[in-house]
Amino acid sequence: MTGSREQVLANIRRSLRRTEPLGESARAGLEARLAAPRANLKPHYDGDPVAHFETRIRAVSGIVTRVHGAAEISDVVQAHVRKHGLALDLVVAPDPDLDDIAWSNHFKVECRAAVGSDQTSVTSAFAGVGETGSLVLLSSPRSPTTLNFLPEDHLIVLARSRIVPHIEDVWTRLRAEVGAMPRTVNFITGPSKTGDVEQVIQEGAHGPRRLHVILREDR
Amino acid sequence: MQSNAHDFKRRADVALEDMELQKALQLLKTGFTLKRAESIAALPEFEALRTQGREIKEHTLAHLDFYLETFERNVRASGGHVHWASSVEDARAIVVRICSDAGAKRVTKGKSMVGEEIGVNEALEAAGVDVLETDLGEYIIQLAKEPPSHIIAPAIHKTKAQITELFHTHHAKHGKSVRVIEVADIVNEAREVLREGFLASDVGITGANFLIAENGAAVIVTNEGNGDLTNTLPRVHIVTAGIEKVVPTLEDVSTILRLLARSATGQQMSVYTTFSTGPKRREDLDGPDAFHVVLLDNGRSEMLGNEFHEMLRCIRCSACMNHCPVYGAVGGHAYGWVYPGPMGAVLTPLMVGIEKSTPLPNACTLNGRCQEVCPMQIPLPAMLRRLREREFDEGLMPRMARAGLAAWAFLARRPRLYRAVTGVGVKVLSLLARGKGRLRYLPLAGAWTAARDLPAPAGETFQQAWKRRQRGLGS
Repeated sequence: MTGSREQVLANIRRSLRRTEPLGESARAGLEARLAAPRANLKPHYDGDPVAHFETRIRAVSGIVTRVHGAAEISDVVQAHVRKHGLALDLVVAPDPDLDDIAWSNHFKVECRAAVGSDQTSVTSAFAGVGETGSLVLLSSPRSPTTLNFLPEDHLIVLARSRIVPHIEDVWTRLRAEVGAMPRTVNFITGPSKTGDVEQVIQEGAHGPRRLHVILREDR
Repeated sequence: MQSNAHDFKRRADVALEDMELQKALQLLKTGFTLKRAESIAALPEFEALRTQGREIKEHTLAHLDFYLETFERNVRASGGHVHWASSVEDARAIVVRICSDAGAKRVTKGKSMVGEEIGVNEALEAAGVDVLETDLGEYIIQLAKEPPSHIIAPAIHKTKAQITELFHTHHAKHGKSVRVIEVADIVNEAREVLREGFLASDVGITGANFLIAENGAAVIVTNEGNGDLTNTLPRVHIVTAGIEKVVPTLEDVSTILRLLARSATGQQMSVYTTFSTGPKRREDLDGPDAFHVVLLDNGRSEMLGNEFHEMLRCIRCSACMNHCPVYGAVGGHAYGWVYPGPMGAVLTPLMVGIEKSTPLPNACTLNGRCQEVCPMQIPLPAMLRRLREREFDEGLMPRMARAGLAAWAFLARRPRLYRAVTGVGVKVLSLLARGKGRLRYLPLAGAWTAARDLPAPAGETFQQAWKRRQRGLGS
């Protein structure tokens, strides 16, 4: 509706006491603000980002296991699956960062997007945020978004070197390493939950019931 | 959505007598309010962030046309579409057309207050499309055929027992015959039933907490994950958002995110904060084929230029209603339209017309808590006072109130007469109280004294007392 577009913009300009779009110099100032985004205040916290990340994600019911290399990951996943009575079928993100994991023969591993009946997914995070305990996943052919939401249990491999102090540092890395925004950037801070029944917090609303971070100390 | 805001008084009376509702509202005080206070106490920078958040919003609003056009350009560059809607009718038509062009039979929805404002469900159903709300709270009230009573906890007025019965009635067709009583079982059953809906959906509609100008992203903040299944699984993703939702950069949104979750639920960060930019890329294995953003004005551009422009900073966190004694007593439905509580008492008159919502600006004790807790420092009480002035100017007040005010104004403009009349009034009230200090009944104010006693005046007016005091000091 082109008519609506012009009408809305004209109303906005009238309310701002202008009759036309912004002048050249005002526009250049705003363009410059967009071209070189500046971080606002970043809250201070004590301790190093990795330790803070671990404290924060545990505080929202996330599980964290530290491993020293790819060789330990299969065992961690197997222990998780056994403990929570899940099937031995895994959907693993087709991510080169996960290629060095040697999956135990007990598992049936498929690399693809998720379907409704999948129980357990394993993905790799773009970043972790020390401030909030959030995991950041970017959609791409190697990281299908459905893996983050459809399965019952979500295990995320996070390299220690990918943990940044604040939310803003994720954007700096994203602009430097990826460039344009992917279709989806997911900040995930704990397992899915709801408080919609009498404000009682219940985990496993629509997304994963459990979130397990496998923190790789070697990367 | 049809407004019943004019009917506030009657609806408030009903709400006060509704024991189930009163039970549900009690939980507000120990839930959101307490958790908010704790999380803010743990962040010493909160006040500084609040000031920055306010500045970001003011900067954006002062250049709103520029940022909306930039947002639009960047959505297009990422392969998406932007639609502009002046009115809710425009927005309804746009959403219905996108769905019919896509041949959609089933639509899933994430929680969206603009969706409620537009009345998108009714419009789609009228066009023969099935609509399924997927936020648990929204789903519960969709089953109950009720509007939301709170902007982030839409079913806050429902007790567990009522939800059990609703599910028992509506889930038989999904093969569920046993009543679910525990919260875990209720949530589980909803998960199973809604999962079928997610997988069968053609179009997903979400709102947006923010729109980002620099890259054309729409941001949603949720805890359940329903919003993400809604914007990832169907072929088409539609975002409905007010024009005031835009912010310049990812850095700017990061600042406001630190305020939003803390002010709403007391979380540091909601479970899922999701940035959606355009449709799926060519090589992606999942995601929608088409991405649409519907930008709704509906009175916002007018607010931008008048004395209510600060209301456009609102980030819909719900802190104002969580701390409002009036909302806490009557709940959200009494307000009669989409937005309840203090922010609703300001927005409803501005969006549906002051003449249709006269009781709302008066449903306020001017205690100021809403402004105190507002992360965007919106002067809600001052705005409610301004709306009362407008009501008076436009002759919308009840005749009795007008007559009373006129009588008072007549006296107040005549100091001598005022002193004489108030002097007599105070004496009479003091005598009526017969030294007990309180009046149990007062003619013409029976409704007021039915629920409480009127403290009796001390026998002299303030001015008399002041004069006496000054004399005392002078000697």
